[in-house]
Amino acid sequence: MLKFPIYLDHNATTPCDPRVVEAMIPYFTNNFGNAASRNHPFGWQAEEAVDQAREQVASLIGADPKEIIFTSGATEADNLAIKGVFEMYASKGNHIITCNVEHKAVLDTCKHIEKEGGEVTYLKVKDNGLIDLAELEAAIKPTTILIAIMYANNEIGTIMPMKEISTLAKKKGVLVFSDATQAVGKIPVDVNKDGIDLMAFTAHKMYGPKGVGALYVRRKNPRVKVTAQMDGGGHERGMRSGTLNVPGIVGFGKACEICMNEMEEETKRVSKLRDKLQTELLKIEESYLNGDKEHKLPHVTNISFKYVEGEGLLMGFNKEIALSSGSACTSASLEPSYVLKALGLGDDLAHSSLRFGLGRFTTEDQIDYTIKQVTSTVLKLRDMSPLWEMYKEGIDLDTIEWAHH
Amino acid sequence: MAYSEKVIDHYQNPKNVGTLDKSKSNVGTGLVGAPECGDVMRLQIEVDEAGIIKDAKFKTFGCGSAIASSSMATEWLKGKSIDEAATIDNMAIVEELHLPPVKIHCSVLAEDAIKAAINDYRKKNGLEELKFEESVIH
Repeated sequence: MLKFPIYLDHNATTPCDPRVVEAMIPYFTNNFGNAASRNHPFGWQAEEAVDQAREQVASLIGADPKEIIFTSGATEADNLAIKGVFEMYASKGNHIITCNVEHKAVLDTCKHIEKEGGEVTYLKVKDNGLIDLAELEAAIKPTTILIAIMYANNEIGTIMPMKEISTLAKKKGVLVFSDATQAVGKIPVDVNKDGIDLMAFTAHKMYGPKGVGALYVRRKNPRVKVTAQMDGGGHERGMRSGTLNVPGIVGFGKACEICMNEMEEETKRVSKLRDKLQTELLKIEESYLNGDKEHKLPHVTNISFKYVEGEGLLMGFNKEIALSSGSACTSASLEPSYVLKALGLGDDLAHSSLRFGLGRFTTEDQIDYTIKQVTSTVLKLRDMSPLWEMYKEGIDLDTIEWAHH
Repeated sequence: MAYSEKVIDHYQNPKNVGTLDKSKSNVGTGLVGAPECGDVMRLQIEVDEAGIIKDAKFKTFGCGSAIASSSMATEWLKGKSIDEAATIDNMAIVEELHLPPVKIHCSVLAEDAIKAAINDYRKKNGLEELKFEESVIH
């Protein structure tokens, strides 16, 4: 029996794995100590737990535990990395390179940097969602201090060529920061093999708790430093003050350990389900896959169903299936997803997209049900879509003068 | 955002979905909105000799509120005289469907579609097109 609602929005957040919750519980009650309390067993116990978690987190990304700075999440880590590097390396330059499909936590931080007198280049992605390496190379200047490119995109799941990016950066002596929120725990990420100097990620996207994340900061070749963005007790090697969220960190560590042990099996299983979903939905007439087909996270697919509006489509089944649309009709701006528009999609296709994010607990029954519901709703809505009727009559929609609101 | 029951009902069981023959002189067609904005409404009326709307049909590309607004508009139009129809106000749709502020534009679109259909009918029949005041919210 299927249990509703079915959750297919794992790019937004994931449920906590019960094993993670189990690991966390003692640190709320019995072992509640402050990890910075050096003088009694409560503090020692908390510190030991944090140390263990730091090792678990570090080993998932091939880092040294000393290179992990715990934060409140990826947004904070993004801010700390970009603003921290901008301030720390001010004498070297003020130019940052990023791209136009980054998460808002990166884009808005870069806008802030511009207000502070920094210069930011926003690379445009190609229509497959990946950056052009030649353009990146051409954008690097003597004043460039940081290249900030996400590991994998949250809306379309495309994976950026991190190794190639960092090779270029190394040649020019520029640091590489990556927001790897969607990638860590889902695909193998290794900061050394990938040549990443700073990397943000978070627990709640990998079956850990919300409110805890990390910034990886390289200590060797080169030794990287960031200016702290919060004043206080000098925790986390002086880079991030604030009492450590011990239960959260313990959960984060456990979540990383589980991902490390089970990633291979999980990827096999989930990617098979994703492929089935994708293949079946692309059989619908006038449906289009968004983002590169190959360089993509194993659990994500983003599809546009032309002539049907995304929010209207979601309404057909959103009591039973939780997923997200690239259309932001709920906001007053009526702006569709900037990520999809960056791929060169017309507003009509961008308004017609759905993002499917599968996860650890997704079953084949759920996917079969989803295929059925999405297909029938698309067909039903097309029957009442004036655009579909025009398309079927052979009218070119671009030739119509629309009354813009 | 939760939809009102009336919106859900119109979405699930839309009234008067379809197409009237736009080449007929007693059929008025209004096509409003734009694909780029995420909603396009086409509303059609068929008017009898006495000036009464005897049939109304719609097709809408848009969110649930847009579909519900146009579905309800067609229900209201049927049986009304063409002059009465011109007085339908978007706020009546907002109230009837309990649309939240971010969805008011759906009702505005429905009102515009009604007006456009009426004017199309008037034009076809040698009547002067009505001038409407700009709706408040666009």
